[in-house]
Amino acid sequence: MFKVIEGLKYSKEHEWVKVEGDRAYMGITDYAQKSLGEIVYVELPEKGTVLAEGDTLGVVESVKAASDIYTPVSGTVADINEELLDSPGNVNTNPYESWIAVIELGNLNELDTLMGAGEYEKFCEEEEG
Amino acid sequence: MRYIPNTAGQRAEMLEDMGIGSVEELFSGIPHSLRLNRSLGLPDALSEIELMAHMRELAGKNADADGYTCFLGAGAYDHYIPSVVRHLTSRQEFYTAYTPYQPEISQGTLQAIFEYQTMIKELTGMEVANASMYDGATAAAEAAAMACGATKRNGILTAYSVQPETREVLKTYSRFRGTTLNIFGYKDGRIDRDDLEAKLTGDTAAVIIQTPNFFGIVEDYAGLAELLHKRGTLLIVICDPISLALFKAPGELGADIAVGDGQCLGNAMNFGGPSLGFFATTAQLMRKMPGRIVGETTDKNGKRGFVLTLQTREQHIRREKATSNICSNQALNALNATIYLSVMGKEGLKKVALLCAGKAAYAREKLMKTGCFKPVFNAPVFKEFILEYKGNVGGLNEKLMKEKIIGGLEAGLFYKELENTWLVAVTEKRSRKEIDILAGKVGL
Amino acid sequence: MHQDISLIFEKSIPGREAFSLPECDVPLKDINELYPAELLREKPANLPEVSEVDVIRHFTALSKRNHGVDSGFYPLGSCTMKYNPKINEDAAALPGFEKIHPYQDPKSVQGALELMYNMDVMLSEITGMDRVVLQPAAGAHGELAGLMIIKAYHEHRQDLKRKKIVIPDTAHGTNPASAAVAGFDVLEVKSAADGGVDLESLKNAMSDEVAGLMLTNPNTLGLFDRNIGLIADIVHQAGGLLYYDGANANAILGISRPGDMGFDVVHLNLHKTFSTPHGGGGPGSGPVGVKKQLIDFLPGPLVEKGKDGFCLDHERPLSIGRMKSFYGNFGIVVRAYAYILTMGAKGLREVSETAVLNANYIMAKLKAYYNLPYDTACMHEVVFSGQRQKELGVSTLDIAKRLLDFGYHPPTIYFPLIVKECMMIEPTETESKETLDEFIAAMVQIAGEAENDPGLVRGAPYSTAVARLDEAKAARNPVLSYVPLCGCDI
Repeated sequence: MFKVIEGLKYSKEHEWVKVEGDRAYMGITDYAQKSLGEIVYVELPEKGTVLAEGDTLGVVESVKAASDIYTPVSGTVADINEELLDSPGNVNTNPYESWIAVIELGNLNELDTLMGAGEYEKFCEEEEG
Repeated sequence: MRYIPNTAGQRAEMLEDMGIGSVEELFSGIPHSLRLNRSLGLPDALSEIELMAHMRELAGKNADADGYTCFLGAGAYDHYIPSVVRHLTSRQEFYTAYTPYQPEISQGTLQAIFEYQTMIKELTGMEVANASMYDGATAAAEAAAMACGATKRNGILTAYSVQPETREVLKTYSRFRGTTLNIFGYKDGRIDRDDLEAKLTGDTAAVIIQTPNFFGIVEDYAGLAELLHKRGTLLIVICDPISLALFKAPGELGADIAVGDGQCLGNAMNFGGPSLGFFATTAQLMRKMPGRIVGETTDKNGKRGFVLTLQTREQHIRREKATSNICSNQALNALNATIYLSVMGKEGLKKVALLCAGKAAYAREKLMKTGCFKPVFNAPVFKEFILEYKGNVGGLNEKLMKEKIIGGLEAGLFYKELENTWLVAVTEKRSRKEIDILAGKVGL
Repeated sequence: MHQDISLIFEKSIPGREAFSLPECDVPLKDINELYPAELLREKPANLPEVSEVDVIRHFTALSKRNHGVDSGFYPLGSCTMKYNPKINEDAAALPGFEKIHPYQDPKSVQGALELMYNMDVMLSEITGMDRVVLQPAAGAHGELAGLMIIKAYHEHRQDLKRKKIVIPDTAHGTNPASAAVAGFDVLEVKSAADGGVDLESLKNAMSDEVAGLMLTNPNTLGLFDRNIGLIADIVHQAGGLLYYDGANANAILGISRPGDMGFDVVHLNLHKTFSTPHGGGGPGSGPVGVKKQLIDFLPGPLVEKGKDGFCLDHERPLSIGRMKSFYGNFGIVVRAYAYILTMGAKGLREVSETAVLNANYIMAKLKAYYNLPYDTACMHEVVFSGQRQKELGVSTLDIAKRLLDFGYHPPTIYFPLIVKECMMIEPTETESKETLDEFIAAMVQIAGEAENDPGLVRGAPYSTAVARLDEAKAARNPVLSYVPLCGCDI
């Protein structure tokens, strides 16, 4: 089973987005961390990087897999969670607290294309088959 | 057939057991139109006696460094290989195993690679090393690709004094990767810093230099890394690992990547391969390093053990996003290097380096005294030097071959401006007598 | 029982020596006379100081912690872990092969060039290609060279749009990685239900932007794609070329040739099909063969036969250039050459027939115990799924680890990716029926354990030098070299 939190937005690539004003916190979902297994490294973007929707924000690596994190929204990287460099396992233990980057949003309309909690839960169940 | 144990009787038994009429049925999936409906046109099978006779005949047509005195270098060298190297490397447990995918039954290979990585790290003064690349040239090409990835830039600037075939490999890789390769020149045999700076652009991911360079000259590149880093450019240093027992290590001088060919570390010349490429870098770039890497860990009982690690960048997981496509490397050659460096140790390797340097200096002086040569450059050399011959170098080498001497390289084949020059390599294996004989036979 | 083996550095004692070097017989100048101080290293590299006996004991002890083909059965799928004949080692160790320099005058290495020339001819005959170059150092390196040749060919024809390579989802991970390194974009096509290339998907994927298709045949499921003729037509009609990944060539020697199947470029792994030792992960050798229209693009130099003997042809303006220094892993080529001469045409065909028989025998004997996703005669390797055991709480990884307790190297696991809990078993022709029967019995026993005592399987291995290792720890805080506990010099 996997946890989905109300109030967050979700992408089909299993990222969560938490919007605060014109800034968005981003991380990977519980479903994503479970399918990756023990996370051993998180590659963070550089502050100030300008990203278009769908660009690679970073990489999450487990022992057996490496997964690109794509930003579902465009904007500028305002902050990164450097704590994850030393404690990548936080993504496993607390995926919704372990934000990877904060994006200063370029286009608020893009948020409308993301899923809500219920919709995402259904999406994951379908993906599991 | 001695490598195929199953007898005709056993094969029949197996087929019967499977309820299949003939081996042919198992191939029914291959349409007849695609079958080779004849025997392969190959020579008839040879017995061991016949095979060795043939192989000896072929080998006998080659002038080898046992029967000839070798003064040829330029990227492959006739160094001494301690007897124990072959004895240990040929142990089947090392020899006939494959990549250590199952660490529980591969601790021998894994620990040996871990020791190899430590030795390369120590020699180069870098912070981390991988488990090996194909050779020095491909290691340089991988370093260039890694530098482009790390800096998100597309240009590589390489010294003209880098071994010519290494430059050719760099060219091949960069052409297809879509990166640009530019060359800067040399001045009195060393890198021309003015030319380097003039050619440095905002898109230069890395500068590649070699020391000792193709002319055998030890580069003085103090301060170069700082200069490049200010421009956001990385420094890649190609080096001779034996020379690192004497000279400042790339790590001490701020290099970002150190690579080179490890043939000289206990590997035979083998007509140019197999050899190995070593690859070392900084902790900062560790996770971008191509190839296999071994790391220390513990088993579930807390016991020390070794595993392949940081493999998620690799082709079997990242597929088209991998940092490199290398899989099989040169593990056995890296093992040769590990055993060689264990045998030589701290003092022995230094002694080898000093013997090379001393004998090369003696040979250079001795050849100059014959009056048949002119110096080309004046900078200090390690185990190789280049001189201009007053006669024809090609003719000289032919004459020496008849005297059972493999002469130096005709450097003009690679550098037009160095017509009629001779690149002579003198390793610790060359005796004073051999050098004196050489000097006695170079007369016009 | 299994003592930790200390690192060679931990055995170091200052002043101890293992080397034997002559005294310097030339007047030795002071080092400071030869070099200015700023070039010289101040802090020596911390290499171990040990005796020769220390070195021998250390590496002998390490070797005992390895499993090689000579130790026992090694059915690692797609790696062709066959026996490595000893006579090949004797041949390669002849000074006339081992102690020759790559820049010697060709006149002084005629035997080496003749061997390379003969090898080109023999491998061309075996693959049905027109020319083979020996330069690539391994399979992946051969793939890279082959793809570069395909790119250079299209570019030369000014067909500049072709930037994509089509690869089936069963392919080795190396294929897409090589394509990317060669500067291509990768287009993956799904497999059909029978495990072969789905022809409709392939047709849809083809366009004037596709440079070629990379295929392994038999594929990684151990199945021969019988549609290969149609596949070749589809690709060729769209202007693309066909690349043959020779990883699985052990199945088809003397039976079918990539050249006759319609492939334009092929690489072989001499360390798989042609018996050269795997060396703990290399050196390999990955010769590349091509059809006539691609010869000009081969990496150089090529060995040619002239009226004055053999020579190296460096003047090849359309060549993709060099892939590595010199002429490839020549020492490995010598071993493979000796192998082909030992086997002859008849022997090589027997290799493939027996390899295929052995794989099918394992399939027949184990299919009652493990799921068989493709229940049809296989070629040289058989792919099972551990899904049935997974449902009992025993993963394919557990089964692999349990096999270690029986003295076997496990099969390739979790590959190909399209089979869940995959186990890919390649017995090779050099294993006897008795060995296969013993292995089959072990697999049957493990299947039983998975049902009756799953915890036993999950806790395996029990008999190895170390138990399961913490890979997450190794990757989270990488320790990649020896760091002395005291923090002082080694």
